[in-house]
Amino acid sequence: MSGMILKGETCDWEIVCGLEIHCQIISQSKIFSGASTHYGSDINENVSFVDAGMPGMLPVLNEECVRQAIKTGLGLNAKINKHSVFSRKNYFYADLPQGYQITQFEYPLVGEGCVQIDLEDGSKKGIGIERIHIEQDTGKSIHDISPTKTFLDFNRAGVGLMEIVTKPDFRSPEEAGAFLRKLRTIVRYLGTCDGNMDEGSMRCDASVSIRPVGSDELRPRAEIKNVNSVKFVMQAIEFEAKRQMKIYESGGEVEQQTRLFDQLSGETRFMRSKEFAHDYRYFPEPDLLPLDLEDGFIEAIKAEMVELPDAKQERFVKDMGLTPYDASVLTEDRETAEWFEKAAKGHDAKKVANWMMGDFFAMLNEKKIALQDSPISPENLGKLVELVTSNVINGKTAKDVFAIMVETGDNPEKIVEEKGLKQVTDTGAIEKIIDDVIASNPANVEAYKAGKTALMGWFVGQVMKASQGKANPGVVNKILQQKLV
Amino acid sequence: MAIDKETVKKVAFLSRLKIEEDKIEATEREFNKILQWIEQLSEVNTDGVEPLVSVNDCSLQMRQDIVNDGNLAEQVLANAPMKEYGYFGVPKVVE
Repeated sequence: MSGMILKGETCDWEIVCGLEIHCQIISQSKIFSGASTHYGSDINENVSFVDAGMPGMLPVLNEECVRQAIKTGLGLNAKINKHSVFSRKNYFYADLPQGYQITQFEYPLVGEGCVQIDLEDGSKKGIGIERIHIEQDTGKSIHDISPTKTFLDFNRAGVGLMEIVTKPDFRSPEEAGAFLRKLRTIVRYLGTCDGNMDEGSMRCDASVSIRPVGSDELRPRAEIKNVNSVKFVMQAIEFEAKRQMKIYESGGEVEQQTRLFDQLSGETRFMRSKEFAHDYRYFPEPDLLPLDLEDGFIEAIKAEMVELPDAKQERFVKDMGLTPYDASVLTEDRETAEWFEKAAKGHDAKKVANWMMGDFFAMLNEKKIALQDSPISPENLGKLVELVTSNVINGKTAKDVFAIMVETGDNPEKIVEEKGLKQVTDTGAIEKIIDDVIASNPANVEAYKAGKTALMGWFVGQVMKASQGKANPGVVNKILQQKLV
Repeated sequence: MAIDKETVKKVAFLSRLKIEEDKIEATEREFNKILQWIEQLSEVNTDGVEPLVSVNDCSLQMRQDIVNDGNLAEQVLANAPMKEYGYFGVPKVVE
């Protein structure tokens, strides 16, 4: 049960929430012009006359933006509409040079879909996708340079956006957070959006209403605009639900309105009411014909699809023997999953996963480096695990070899060979060391025989030390037990 | 569909057009005349006729994802009534 129940004085309330997520499409050029989408260019450098809304300039649709949106749709198990239509959404705002946004309205490119989210209690829940349509982004307003003026940079104006609209399926902030994380993972796997909410390449609006538990009515909702992190979206939903509960419980009515989330206070505040809601006067975009796609166009995109996190997780558990937890950590992003698969190839995958999630991630964290900058190659980590599983070195030596690999990036086989770290499995040699240890510690031998069996660990330690850590601990244990009876 | 004074004012506001108070009545009449004229079209029987999306008999052409435009900051800003530091300037926008 992942739904959040708000305990009221009159009754218990449940949250009804839907999300709208704007994802910037990864493409070289803008959705309707040949200007670059590059982030961080000089002010107004990536602006064509089309983007600036100059009279007479005509939009031409970028095929890559269509392809990317379809790919995202397929990744969200959604229906691709072969026929879609562009519309004009009319409003005046300083960041919109044309005076209208080219978007899609009645006929979006992508229809209904479904995404599985994984919840903290281990359960799964399906979240419905209502639609995905493609549209232009707006310019960026800068308010803090001058007290009397707003400045505008149109480099972002006309960059392609996918607007992903969910069904009102969220019953708690946790579910909304899990969905956003899942969506981010999927678009990153697909390479259709970089998913960075803090940089604004993924932006989220949340529609929140509440109702008495057991009822299926939909009450007036508040739309919370432009929340820029997963944590803030979760905070905003919780705050808003509680605010509405207070209104209902004191006998009031919630009115439909648009609200803003304040990051500092964690509160939502009033922005505009229904009466002042924008009147967009949508109509079919006269400068663009409807988009009619051939089956072949969509099939070619299907053929390019990469394996998505859900399928990867399932394969890691089923075919590679990982636990569901291991699999979820290792598939969180595509680079990690690919690194793991390279490392595990031909070796004991579960042991490779343990090394990766243990010492290896700890090393990356400690050195504050990214996976791609790791001094250890995936192939070499695989070889290290192999040296342990085939009993060439023991677990303790492996940790030492790992430390050397971090320093030098060397092949573990070479390190073991050069430093003479191969473990001794020759029982004759081990027996000799054990006999020496027993002969020189008669007091402890007596104590052990008298029942202080905890001394076994101490004996193993002494033998390992005498062998310079190269003795096979399993063999040492076995022989010691025979000799100390 | 008939247009009243309030609708005239609302459309004018949405279009950011300033219509003097004494012109509203005349605009209202003009509006209604235009609409009546357009409404004659509804007399035509369109049963079974597909909506016409364009008079051009062709399909939407798409472009390849190539950067071949931009780097025009000076020209783009040339007509701007207010510009500073390479930005377009507008009166303070607060929402």
